[in-house]
Order: sequence, then structure tokens, then C-alpha cells
Amino acid sequence: MGSVVSQVASPKLPPVVLVLGDEELLVSRAIAETTAQAKAADAGAEVREFDAGSLLPGELAELLSPSLFGGRRVAVLKNGQDAKKDLVPVIMAYVADPDPEVTLLVTHAGGAKGKAFGDSLQKAGATVVPAVKIAKHKDRIDFVTGEFRRLGGKCGADAAEALLEAVGHDLRELAAACSQLVADTGGRIDLATVARYYRGKAEVSGFSVADAAVAGDTAAALEALHWALHTGVDPVPIADALADGVRTVARVAAAGRGNAYQMAATLGMPAWKIEKAQRQARGWSPDGLVSAMRAAAECNEAVKGGSEDRAYAIERTIFAFAKARQGGPR
Amino acid sequence: MLPSVDVFAHLTGQPGAVETLRSAAAGVGMTHAWLFTGPAGSGRSVAARAFAAALQCVSEPKGCGVCTGCHTVQTGSHPDVRFVVPEGLSIPVALMRELVLRSATSPASGRWQVLVVEDADRLTEAAGNALLKAVEEPPERTVFLLCAPSDHPDDIPLTIRSRCRVVNLRQPAAEAVAELLVSRDGVDPALATLVAAAAQGHVGRARRLARDPEARARRAAVLGVPRQLSGIGACFDLASGLIASAEVEADAATAQSDASERSAMETALGAGGTGKGAAGAVRGAAGQLKELERRQKSRSTRAQRDALDRALLDLAGFYRDVLVQQWKAPVAPVHEDALPMTGAAAQRWTKESTLRRLESIMECRAAIEANVKPRIAVEAMLLRLWQG
Repeated sequence: MGSVVSQVASPKLPPVVLVLGDEELLVSRAIAETTAQAKAADAGAEVREFDAGSLLPGELAELLSPSLFGGRRVAVLKNGQDAKKDLVPVIMAYVADPDPEVTLLVTHAGGAKGKAFGDSLQKAGATVVPAVKIAKHKDRIDFVTGEFRRLGGKCGADAAEALLEAVGHDLRELAAACSQLVADTGGRIDLATVARYYRGKAEVSGFSVADAAVAGDTAAALEALHWALHTGVDPVPIADALADGVRTVARVAAAGRGNAYQMAATLGMPAWKIEKAQRQARGWSPDGLVSAMRAAAECNEAVKGGSEDRAYAIERTIFAFAKARQGGPR
Repeated sequence: MLPSVDVFAHLTGQPGAVETLRSAAAGVGMTHAWLFTGPAGSGRSVAARAFAAALQCVSEPKGCGVCTGCHTVQTGSHPDVRFVVPEGLSIPVALMRELVLRSATSPASGRWQVLVVEDADRLTEAAGNALLKAVEEPPERTVFLLCAPSDHPDDIPLTIRSRCRVVNLRQPAAEAVAELLVSRDGVDPALATLVAAAAQGHVGRARRLARDPEARARRAAVLGVPRQLSGIGACFDLASGLIASAEVEADAATAQSDASERSAMETALGAGGTGKGAAGAVRGAAGQLKELERRQKSRSTRAQRDALDRALLDLAGFYRDVLVQQWKAPVAPVHEDALPMTGAAAQRWTKESTLRRLESIMECRAAIEANVKPRIAVEAMLLRLWQG
């Protein structure tokens, strides 16, 4: 009986699914979705999980062979990149002629390890579900807005931006924050909503401190510094970023005015960095840059054991930058 | 009259110290712990090695340089002499504990069990304490020979210092170094005089400069730096150049030994083997290879810093020469071949600004010693050299 039902439903369910990427949240979501589909097709569907690194070819054969009682099955093979040499041909032989009652789901980190296995699965016609780590800011915004949409809510780009700033980059935490917000507010999310529930900054890097300090915005630099220290950023990379900030401005200023894209090659830095530094360079005199660089070097020593209070050492450097910079804050 | 192969023959320009050590080796004024101090290149480790050889010498007079005792110590194969030559940034406590334990055994063949610690200023605090315990209550036939730049508490713990007899080595005169280069290495006298002055009393550095054209080229490049400081951009470019050249120099010194050490260890751990279990054995060895890499990294960091420090000393010599000419002081210049440049600079700069520049170089050296990123320290220094 079961077999008749599942064969009717099977066109909707792909026989082989390849989850490609190492973003944990997306991988576990893909697994959950596939099992949910299988359960929807056949409530009695059996789900079994294995680790590809320790699975033996014999066990796999048992897992994928037809069951005496019929019924839909989902075999989840985790860490496909770790599959041993003798396991891969067995899987490939199965994929060439899959059992329509079984869904084989393989997760693969997508890196160089076990790449051939992932590629041949794709070539054999596996349904690919991307689960790559999100690296770009815009993609994160898309993820947040998409997450709200998925939960039946709505959210603007500015609200998504605010949420990202407050929660940080971890997708699991972002997803949790989204569902919490939808549950609490009913789904219409704007900047005020985010501001009511979230405050502060989750991730401040040394570079935001340096950017503000070099631009002469002492207040913003101090604020960023304390957020950064508060969230556990080590003072050493902050001090390095401060030195890098002065170095960038000094080199760009010394190169003179010009097209950032043309200067990129000679200065060996990306054009956006040059453009930013060109804006920051206003208000800096050569002598100011010399004393700022000296302050940055002293700061570097202070955070590496030269000073009792490392946070204060950085604070002092920010003030030294402000003093070194002509024109003062704008 | 002693033959010229005498173990103390290579200790240039240190008659007082040689006298002390010679009589100690003969039994007058011998003690269990010695501290050799003196500026870099004055021959601290040479003195310690020579003294160790004299202590193990089996003929008369002590330190003959030809007997098996002297010979094996000098080649580093004497069973009762152990050398600690730190290649990394510091001497770890684990190594020191092991050596202290070994030093407690009685000598196998020689008269003394000798432990030579070159660069004792690189002892970590814990390693210093481990050594202190042994120096405090020394085994009967054990001698500790420590080398450090000075007996200042920054270099050697006061507690160890107070238990050592200090042998102070002075910076050998340039003439003595030049003479040694000519007589021992057959260097052309004119070149020997030039490099002996340029090395500022550092015998090893002088020999390197005399023999290695690349080292001379690097020195020439460093001496060209002050003239090229034309603007802020140039400062950063020159800083990159200085750092890169230090890296190249360090790489050249360590790359080969790194690779051979690694392959030796891999072979020892069964790499390249075939058959059942071979792959597993190599996988298990990954930790040891990591440890080796960590040690090599530490060594290369030190080599880079040392190379950079040499460059900074050359640069400091340049500004010193400028200052000397501004004051018309009756002392010999360090960089004789750069006299036209230093002379021109002496005309242009004020004495105060020269002094400020010299100061900034010394501050940069101290900063690098204090673990400041070399790049940042050098950039700050060059900017100040440019500013004056």
C-alpha cells in the first residue's frame, strides 16, 4: 500500500540531493526541509543519518536497498567531503540508478576536500541546494529580508541593516532574532521596531575605530572603541588598525590627487580604500601624519604589554590623532 | 710562548679577560658559575667556548687547542659540554629544566660538566628560575657559563648575577678587528679597515661584510636611505624596502635548514611509506610537524628582527657620523665610504635635529624589541627621520 502512495508522490521528491556549502544553519534547514517533504508524502517515512567519514560500503548498501515493508526513506549522509575512497564508487553506482522510494541527501562542505565526489554527484543529476557561507554585506541584508518574508513578515532594508548591526553576522542568531521579532510584533518590521527591541552593536572591528579616529571624529572613535572592547575585540588588532589608518591616509595623500582606480595599482590597495582615504586625508598635514604615526607606534607597544591599561592607551592614541590632525573634527 | 692555535687566540682585543680565564682554567680563582658580558660581537660566546675548551683540556698549559679535550669542545662534540644556543626568541623553561637535570650528573670523561648558555638574556622568567636553582646549589663538578649583553637586571636576573663571577668583555678596537680579518681570513687590508669600522666592533658582522657581497649591498642600500627620504610617500616605500630586505635575508638564512629539518622529521615519522597503516602514521605525526613549524617560525621571526636590527645599527652609524662631523669630534667615522653624504648632511642639519634622528632610531630598536610590529616601528622612525 505504502509503495503505491509514495510512487505517486515521488516526482515531487528528488532521489538525490546535494547540499553544498558549510553554513550550518542552511545545511540543517535543507535537511529539515527534505525530511519534511518526505514525511508529507508518507507520514511513516523513515529518516536515518550517517557520517560519511565513518560509514562502510556494506552499511550503505543495506541503507539503500529496498525494504521488505516498503515505505519512503530518507538517508542523510553528512560530511560528504570526508567520504572514503571505497565508499564513493558505491554511492555513485547507486546514484546512477536510484531507488524512487529513497531520498539520498548528501551534505558537502564545498571546499577542495572531496571536491571530485561533489562534482560527480552534480554531474549525475543530483538536486543541488546551496548552503554557502554568506560573506557579503548585501547578501546578509537579503538573508534578513528573505527571512522575514519566509516567516510572513515584512521589513525594509534600513531595518534589516539595523538588525544586522545589533545582532551580528551569525546566521543562526539572525534567524532567531527575525522569528522573535515576527512573533512579538506581528510582522511589520521597521527601524523603530528594531530599535525598540535591540540596542548596541554586536560587531565593531578595529577598522571602524580607526576610520573614525583618522577622520577626526573623536567621539565616534571612542564610542566604536568601547563597543569593540565590550564585545571582546582584542586591543592589539585595534592598535594595528589605527596604524594602518594613518599609513593609508599618508600614502594616499603623498600620492597626490588622482583617479582612485588608476592609483590602485601603484599603491597596491583597492580603489574603495583609496577613495575613502582621499576623503579622510583632508585636514592632515605632513607633520600631523608624522606625529600620528609616532602615536600609533607607541600605542602598538602599549597594547603589547607596555602599558597597564590597554584600553586607555588606545583612547590616548585617538586623542593624539585628533591633536595631530589640523582643522579639528568636522 | 704559547702557540697561535691556543683556544683563546680568537678572542680579539681582550687581554684582561683572557688572563683571568687562563688562570682560572689552571686552577686559580675557579668558580662554578661565570657570566660573560659585553656588547654584541665582542666575543661573549667565543670566550665561553674557549673557556669551556680550556676547562676540558687534557694537556699543559690549559687551553692548548690541540689536545682531544680542546678539540672536541671546539667542534661541539665533547660529552661533558652542552651548549644552549637559542634560535628562537626565548629559551623555554622545559629545555632549561632538562639541561639542569643533565648538568647534575658527574662528568663522563673530562674534569668538569659544563653548561654553556649563549644569549642568557633570552631566558624566560621561568627558565631563569629553573637555572637559578642549579646555580644556587651547584653539583660539585659542574660549571655554568652564561653569556649576556650586560649584567643589568634587564638582561640577567639579579639572583643569578649575584652567584656568578663576571667577566667583562669590551668592544674590540676597529684596528684589532681589521687585523684579525687580515691575518685569519685573508681579507684585503683596505676592505678590512672599512668593514671593521662599519661593523662597530662586531667581529662576526665585520667578517660577514668582508666576505659576503650581498651583505655589503644591503649595507649600501641602508646607507642610501637618508638621502632618499624625500617625502611622506617615500618613507613608507623605504620602510617596505627595509622590512622586505630583512625578510629576504632571514629567509635565506633559515629556508634551507627549515626544509631539511622538516624532511628529516617526516622521514623519521614514516612519511613516504607505503602499505597498511602508513597513511595513519603520518596523520598522527601532524602534531609533531606543527610543533616543528612553530619552532621554525620563532626562529625566522628572530632572524628577521636581527637582520632589521643590523640595518638600523648601520643607519644609526650614519647619523652618528653626521653628529661627529657637526661637533668636529676627534673620533673615527663608522661609515668611511659614506663620508661625502654624512658631510653634506652635517652642513645642512642642525645638531639638535641630528640628535633627534639618532634618538628615533634607538627608540625604533627598543620598540621592535618590545614586540611592536616592525613595519609600524620602522615607518614611524623613517617619518621622524624625514621630519628631522
